[in-house]
Amino acid sequence: MHRYANPARFLRIARVATPIVTLLGLALTAAGLWIGLFASPPDYQQGESVRIMYVHVPAAWLGSGGYLSLAIASAAALIWRHPLATIAARAIAPAGAAFTAICLVSGSLWGKPTWGTYWVWDARLTSMLVLLFLYLGYLALSASEAEKGGEQRGAAILALVGVINLPIIKYSVEWWNTLHQGSSISVVNATSKIAPELLTPLLLSVAGFSFLFSAIVLMRMRAMLAQQRVDARSRRMAEALA
Amino acid sequence: MKAKHQRLWLVVGALVALGGAGALAFSTLGEKATYFYAPSDLAKGPAPTDHIRLGGMVEKGSLQRNGATIHFVVTDMAKTVPVTYTGILPDLFREGQGVIAEGRIDPATGSFTADTILAKHDEKYMPPEVAGAMKKTGAVSSGG
Repeated sequence: MHRYANPARFLRIARVATPIVTLLGLALTAAGLWIGLFASPPDYQQGESVRIMYVHVPAAWLGSGGYLSLAIASAAALIWRHPLATIAARAIAPAGAAFTAICLVSGSLWGKPTWGTYWVWDARLTSMLVLLFLYLGYLALSASEAEKGGEQRGAAILALVGVINLPIIKYSVEWWNTLHQGSSISVVNATSKIAPELLTPLLLSVAGFSFLFSAIVLMRMRAMLAQQRVDARSRRMAEALA
Repeated sequence: MKAKHQRLWLVVGALVALGGAGALAFSTLGEKATYFYAPSDLAKGPAPTDHIRLGGMVEKGSLQRNGATIHFVVTDMAKTVPVTYTGILPDLFREGQGVIAEGRIDPATGSFTADTILAKHDEKYMPPEVAGAMKKTGAVSSGG
């Protein structure tokens, strides 16, 4: 684990991995969305609006899964003080925030024809909005700490505290009466209440979105490491000139 | 003990404390975070007189249309509440499906007057042909 946390080694692996992950993500997302939007049947109740699910569900999973990886990276940064962990956390946060926003917007567009409303303050919708605010808070705090040149400990602690929201999001539909429906897919029991014709494009786009998420994180980490080297070099040059 | 082990235990301890605080907060929050009352919840205590949400299934065969006004019965398979509503209904509103009605309950008659109706969707997704076949065998109840 620590072996791969070496920035030079990471960059060597990331240089090869980035194009592969990006292409896999684009291909799987294209396949999932093509089948989902054009080559799959409508739902018996919702009709055509069920197709929003092929964007909404992967975005929701990556929004919350992204937060878990942000928290793990932040814990690693706090405990082992490894600079690559902080860079990973800062690379994950905007991608996670974007996927969470996509989840909220697509869900809202699905809610109007299905439920009859764009938004309600039930436990699932509210906790997902809180997740977006946690991401935005992390982004603001880490940006201000980076500007001061600090170790980003405050942002890492914020990321860890926010983890408590993840089980709330997951179990909100079981703990309380919500307008949002319960889970259709149980990963633990490997069961699903979605018919196979609708499940196939969903799983394809979940895989595609996951690779795209990883691609964004890899690209951002490489860009941030490159930026660090540029900053260090221009500092050295300024010192040499002085 | 090395410094990084100390930090590891500090983070683990902080997360456990946070989890405990969260669990305490949520045990107090309890039913207050619930989005709607089921008919059985209303039957338990004195009927609330403020604006509330009532959720459950639209009982089969209970829907009556009278111009733009509709009457139906919300059931949670244990208790029922009669509901009256005037206005536009969401597409998914139908007998045998989940519904959430916002409005007030008349303490005298126990009937509910709704000003907003939301359709609740369940977690099952399937193509119409499958639903049709399952309806024939009685495996699924569809009001559509």
